[in-house]
Amino acid sequence: MTDLLDKPSRRLFLQAGAAAGGGLLLSFNLPGAARAAGAPSGPALNAFVRIAPDGIVTIAAKRPEIGQGIKTSLPMMIAEELDVDWAKVRIEQAPVDAKVYGEQSAGGSTSTPDEWEPTRQVGAVGRAMLIQAAAQRWNVPAAGLITEPGVVVDPAGKRRIAYGELVEAAAKLTPPDPQTVPLKDPKAYRIVGKPHGQFDNAAIVTGQPLFGIDVRLPGMLYATFLKAPVFAAKVAKVDLAPAKAVKGVRDAFIVEGGTALEGLLPGVAVVADSWWAARKGRNALEVTWAEHPTSAQSTAGFAAQAAELAKQPPQRTLRKDGDVDAALKGAAKRVQASYDYPFIAHATLEPQNCTASFKDGKVEIWAPAQNPEDGRELVAKTLGISQDDITIHFTRSGGGFGRRLMNDFMAEAAWISKAVGAPIKLVWTREDDIQHDFFRPAGWHHLSAGLDDKGELVAWRDHFISFGGEKTFVRAGNISGNQFPARAVANYAMDVSTMPLGAPTGWLRAPGNNAIGWVMQSFTDELALAAGEDPVAFRRRLLGEPRLLGEPGKGDSFHTGRMRGVLDRVAEMSGWGRQVPKGTGLGVACHYSHQGYVAVVVEASVGEGGAPKVHKAWAAVDVGRQIVNPSGAEQQVQGSVLDAIGATLRQKITIENGAVVESNFGDFPLLRMAEAPPVEVAFVLSDNKPTGLGEPAYPPTPPALCNALFAATGKRLRTLPIGDQLA
Amino acid sequence: MAFTLTINGETRTADVEGDTPLLWVLRDTLGLVGAKYGCGAALCGACTVHLDGAPVRACVTPVSRVGKKAVTTIEGVGKTPVGAKVQEAWKAIDVPQCGYCQAGQIMSATALLTATPKPTDAQIDAAMNGNLCRCATYIRIKKAIKVAAGVKAEA
Repeated sequence: MTDLLDKPSRRLFLQAGAAAGGGLLLSFNLPGAARAAGAPSGPALNAFVRIAPDGIVTIAAKRPEIGQGIKTSLPMMIAEELDVDWAKVRIEQAPVDAKVYGEQSAGGSTSTPDEWEPTRQVGAVGRAMLIQAAAQRWNVPAAGLITEPGVVVDPAGKRRIAYGELVEAAAKLTPPDPQTVPLKDPKAYRIVGKPHGQFDNAAIVTGQPLFGIDVRLPGMLYATFLKAPVFAAKVAKVDLAPAKAVKGVRDAFIVEGGTALEGLLPGVAVVADSWWAARKGRNALEVTWAEHPTSAQSTAGFAAQAAELAKQPPQRTLRKDGDVDAALKGAAKRVQASYDYPFIAHATLEPQNCTASFKDGKVEIWAPAQNPEDGRELVAKTLGISQDDITIHFTRSGGGFGRRLMNDFMAEAAWISKAVGAPIKLVWTREDDIQHDFFRPAGWHHLSAGLDDKGELVAWRDHFISFGGEKTFVRAGNISGNQFPARAVANYAMDVSTMPLGAPTGWLRAPGNNAIGWVMQSFTDELALAAGEDPVAFRRRLLGEPRLLGEPGKGDSFHTGRMRGVLDRVAEMSGWGRQVPKGTGLGVACHYSHQGYVAVVVEASVGEGGAPKVHKAWAAVDVGRQIVNPSGAEQQVQGSVLDAIGATLRQKITIENGAVVESNFGDFPLLRMAEAPPVEVAFVLSDNKPTGLGEPAYPPTPPALCNALFAATGKRLRTLPIGDQLA
Repeated sequence: MAFTLTINGETRTADVEGDTPLLWVLRDTLGLVGAKYGCGAALCGACTVHLDGAPVRACVTPVSRVGKKAVTTIEGVGKTPVGAKVQEAWKAIDVPQCGYCQAGQIMSATALLTATPKPTDAQIDAAMNGNLCRCATYIRIKKAIKVAAGVKAEA
């Protein structure tokens, strides 16, 4: 049941040569990427894999490491096809340069599917060249030679030779075409598919500098940047003297800033010999902020507007099949429900930070970033310099979750460094980080559905109230018209109305899906109840025969058979249908996002004072035929499930008087250890291209939890977070 | 003013204001960046270090209150037998995701196992509940603590 997402990979051009200091150097270029990045001339080459005479293999990690494990898993693919001993592999973070490395972002769970072909090809080319070099040395046909980790073997002549002894000769060969070089049979894998700890673990557990916040430059100063609580409000009045009087403070100044919420905003920068001094200086400031057009916006106001919009006909219809009104009228049973969810923040544990050194019209930047090339563009625009005059190094990120796809911190750090004429490290306070996030947008859904007398779904409508302009949505406030059960029910409508928003929004882990999955799968549970059917059985019926809904190769095409596969598996794992004690409930949900199919079952109850208690979660996941690193893969699924549980239980961002109310982990709580249930994970291996795992296990978790709490208490949760609704 | 501190067995001097939290003295003045800033309010535990073996939140501990107490950070905790065992368990279980909180987790876990070599699940939860992990690696943290302690998983 291939869903045809195996799109042809970008053509990879490999070049081989001698490495400085000896050894074989494999480089590639990606013409497509070079064009995308606006390279003026021909594509440049990178230094991607280096095999030294002593057999040590150094691989460049081209994508940002944000905790998703890509710094380990991509080199695993190369090492597998190159056929080397993992213990001989070293990994170095590549510099940021899309002209030579191609795509260097971490978002949308795209790294694994995008890199699966080209990355393995790089390794396979290296292995073919080493075999060729051995064949020449022994004067035998290459076809008769095989490899074992780090060694070419001639089974006929009973000879072996280490890669290190072949690199000099191999460096003189012309590499074979990556598209035709044979790749290993997965059954022969020695590295891929076996659990591997993260490459950086030894440095992490001993506290070595790895993260953006750990960067230290000679002569570096420390900066804080105070922005208005109301987004983009300007400084009306400020006395800088008290800040400048703090010992260690070197300078304090107003930053004019702009109006675009993605860029450099107005504020006051304080630069000092230490971050603590900068922060003390900042605390001494007394700033009067100017009135701003969004000074009156509030969560309560948005809710009132959303309620008004819900009474009106929808502004837009994204998809319409059949006649929903007629089908509802003729339905044996009609179900209506309204769901809403709040803004939430990413709250990466490493607060936003950036180190910048501006000198002679050029700037060098060190940043924990998920999408550094966009940062280059923003910094160039903000400082009025050429993109070629910007060098970016990315560091390990203390969490990403989509927050670091935005690069506002880069613009701030570069500006402040230029203003003070010294290298600076800008570190946001936790309060800055929570109150100036790019929030997951709030949303409201008004659903109606009809069932016939056999319990079949005959009509489905969603009126989604979101933020945006007449024909647009705010970032991450959009929805697909093809949301399941679209294409599986004859009468379907996805209607939308939007209202304006003056707050920054952005992509948070499984954007859109992280909330929409909750709405759709909670409402599906309501329909199962109305149909008098078991929630798993009802979902099986809704999925129907295994088939692809939508166009092959399109991101929102949906294979009902793959979903059925994970649903059946999670039912089996969790013992679905078993007796549970009174007051305990099992809930199920399944959702497709980011090319992954995930079904989750949660067992939960309500403790004293109405606090939900999650006993256990089970997740069945189909992300294709091969799990690259089972250790990292299990982590991503467990982390996504627990992240979603934490958000569902308690997280919300409230806007009052144009500003965010919450400020730290006291009022924006993360899940803690005592609340974290065991999460059992199973992978359903379907014959499809391997895809990413950073996101798809999140969306089915909130509805599985709320459906479990419904089963436990009989109370349907239609507003997030759950908070004290069960008290 | 100048403060003389004992850090990971070495004597270090820092000329800072007395109200400066130990965290920023370690990170900015002494270049020991293993302890992390997460919240500045003792809410997340990313900055956890030991004072005479007891876990404290360095982000709210003014340097003037450290006195003669021995400071142990993630950079030095591997010199203790328990700390080394915990670090090894962390690698064996592949605990980290992003890794940012793990220095604090390891410091709290080491303090727990030093005081309570064979902790129960409830004791682990109690000792570790002040350490947030945004990636939610809690399942593996608990497992690694048990491996380091040589105790069996309860469930």
